[in-house]
Amino acid sequence: MPVGGRHRNTLRALLYLSPWLIGFSVFFAYPLIATVYFSFQRYDLFTLEPVGLLNYRYFLQDEAAWASIRNTLWLVVVMVPARVLFGLGVAQLVTKLKSGVGVFRTIFYLPSLVPLVAGTLGFVFLLNPGTGPVPTLLSAIGIPSPDWFGDPAWSKPGLTLLALWSVGDLMVIFLAALLDVPKQLYEAAALDGAGPWQQFFRVTLPVIRPVLMFAAVTGVIQTLQYFTQAMVAARVASGSTDSAGSVFTPGYPAQSTLTFPEWLFHQGFRDFAMGYACVLALILFAVSMVFTLFLLRQFRGLGEEDA
Amino acid sequence: MKSPLLLAAAAGLALLASSACTAGTESAPGVPSAGSTPNREPVTITMWHGFSADSEVKAFEDALAGFRQKFPWITVNTTKAIQDDQIIQSVRGGNPPDVALSFTTDSVATFCKTGLFQNLEPYLAANKIDESIFPKVIAEYTKYDGKRCVMPMLADTYGLYYNKKLMKGAQPPKTLSELAALTKKLTVRDPDGTIKVAGFNPSAQMYENVPIHTGPMVGAKWTNPDGTSAIASDPAWKQLMTWQKDLVDWFGYDNLERFRKTFGDEFSADNPFMKGKVAMAIDGEWRNAMIAADAKDLDYGTAPLPVADDKPQLYGSGFIAGTVIGIPRGAKHAEAAWDLVKYLTTDTDALVTLSNALRNVPSTLPALQSPKLDKDANFQTFLDIFANPNSSTLPAHINSAFNQQTLQEAQNNWESGRAKDLDALLADVDKKINEKLKLTAGG
Repeated sequence: MPVGGRHRNTLRALLYLSPWLIGFSVFFAYPLIATVYFSFQRYDLFTLEPVGLLNYRYFLQDEAAWASIRNTLWLVVVMVPARVLFGLGVAQLVTKLKSGVGVFRTIFYLPSLVPLVAGTLGFVFLLNPGTGPVPTLLSAIGIPSPDWFGDPAWSKPGLTLLALWSVGDLMVIFLAALLDVPKQLYEAAALDGAGPWQQFFRVTLPVIRPVLMFAAVTGVIQTLQYFTQAMVAARVASGSTDSAGSVFTPGYPAQSTLTFPEWLFHQGFRDFAMGYACVLALILFAVSMVFTLFLLRQFRGLGEEDA
Repeated sequence: MKSPLLLAAAAGLALLASSACTAGTESAPGVPSAGSTPNREPVTITMWHGFSADSEVKAFEDALAGFRQKFPWITVNTTKAIQDDQIIQSVRGGNPPDVALSFTTDSVATFCKTGLFQNLEPYLAANKIDESIFPKVIAEYTKYDGKRCVMPMLADTYGLYYNKKLMKGAQPPKTLSELAALTKKLTVRDPDGTIKVAGFNPSAQMYENVPIHTGPMVGAKWTNPDGTSAIASDPAWKQLMTWQKDLVDWFGYDNLERFRKTFGDEFSADNPFMKGKVAMAIDGEWRNAMIAADAKDLDYGTAPLPVADDKPQLYGSGFIAGTVIGIPRGAKHAEAAWDLVKYLTTDTDALVTLSNALRNVPSTLPALQSPKLDKDANFQTFLDIFANPNSSTLPAHINSAFNQQTLQEAQNNWESGRAKDLDALLADVDKKINEKLKLTAGG
């Protein structure tokens, strides 16, 4: 091929690639390079000063950052499996209903449509130990309630409860997967003498495994970015309005609801320590990558199994 | 095929990266004059403020009417309900308003250090403005590192509100031990121990009981001149927190928390003081206006905050902070903007108009003396606190919000009993504040 033709081909290829190239450069490569660059700077959003590894050294002794890591891991380990199990349980129940399937499906799905802030506000109000209807009702029948969002031991379980309430998004996906399991498999299993539990573990679970994996992957990624509910619950429970003259203590009570993205946000946009916030962002990126790669590998394994 | 592709991508990334490193570093404008008066050319300026309630916006527009009369060649376009982060983004984006107002003083150090707000010292010098019209303490929250980049527009002071009916004839306490004794006397519990009325809620988690407001009761110091923490080394904090903990323990922490959680929103008609759930409360001068609007029948009084028994000279003083206003870097009409800033912060009539409508303390000493200023005995308490030479503020600090958060967390851990050793707790507060200072300021 003549030289001119080769150049034309290169240009044409670049032109075809340009949407991806531009998108990749502007929305991924540049932010990533900038984040790495800023992580070695003292950056208050206006002025830059090289500080070497100072931001990284600060991270090692930043108790709040480590508390936020512990909290985020707690949520990944407890909240994600709880949501998957609960979502699957509810979906399984709905499939077994003889009548009113549409009504129950709607009732279970609706909470997931409630805006996060409104849902969290409602939950904190319902569980308020002073005036909340749930503790009032429970105490009337002699059951004491904890201070859900005011006691460090109960705040994360409180958030988990909130996550279970809005499990409708997962339930719908599981419902579709459960209804997709071929009936003849159950019939064959029944003929072979399998009971309901055996049918569930030997037929249902293997067939819906890819959907479970999807729920786990998206659940882990969402939980690594968990922010709004923790922030709103802490604000309401602490009674802090963050108005002039008062400062909100993120993670109230006792840093028990402080999540990693929340601390990152406060470092960057409240304390103007953007260089340090970039270190936290890189750590979050690395952890997300590890999880994603691990789960992608699981997916690939599944694909080969299916083949 | 591969190399041109890589080259193009690398060039693009390098370009983007270099542009990132220079974002928002444009230079400040030239030397200011005395304002826009000399040439009186018609000019339109933009002003962003944080007022959002209809009554607030109206009060602010009323004050601006006086400005328009005085400076007819300047048209002011206002935008309401603005937060600090919007101001920051506008300056970074190169399209800031000419004048911006901030409700919090926590960001003043950053505003000044980064040059986000212009240095106003040359304007003050050109206009021969005598800074003695402001109480001395105001300089501490409107200046950073000797540089003034914002002016005070109205102030907040904090005192003690007391419900006369619940006080049963008792006089407001002047010392912490009197406050503790009266609290115990006035607290009413149900037979099962549930608190029905608290004399005073000593918890640091109670609305306005944050350490910036309670610190002045014991004359506590936040920082040393070099910006490092003075919290562990100043015995006043230990004195305050020990007093608070003793009183919290008298109520029982869980009991007090359960009681606190029955309170309505602080800024609504359900506020516990306005509802008669607490006999005494620490609050800002603005509570007077809220009581007038939502609890007209409440028979109450105001007094300075009680102080440490061994520091009676502090009685009459309190905490001062307020709204600040300045000219962001990159403002297109800085001279006319200065006219507005000067008017809103130094003109007695403007400050009195705003104070009468918003019920905040006017921020100059001449405005305090104005016969046009509406005042009754309850509001006068706060004017006196403002004028008291012992009143204090939280000096502008690059980590102001973080420092407050760190001490508040320690106070919560202490009063709840999660932390047992107060000395170790305060030493940890010092460590965190000092490490953070190294991170953000190299201190």
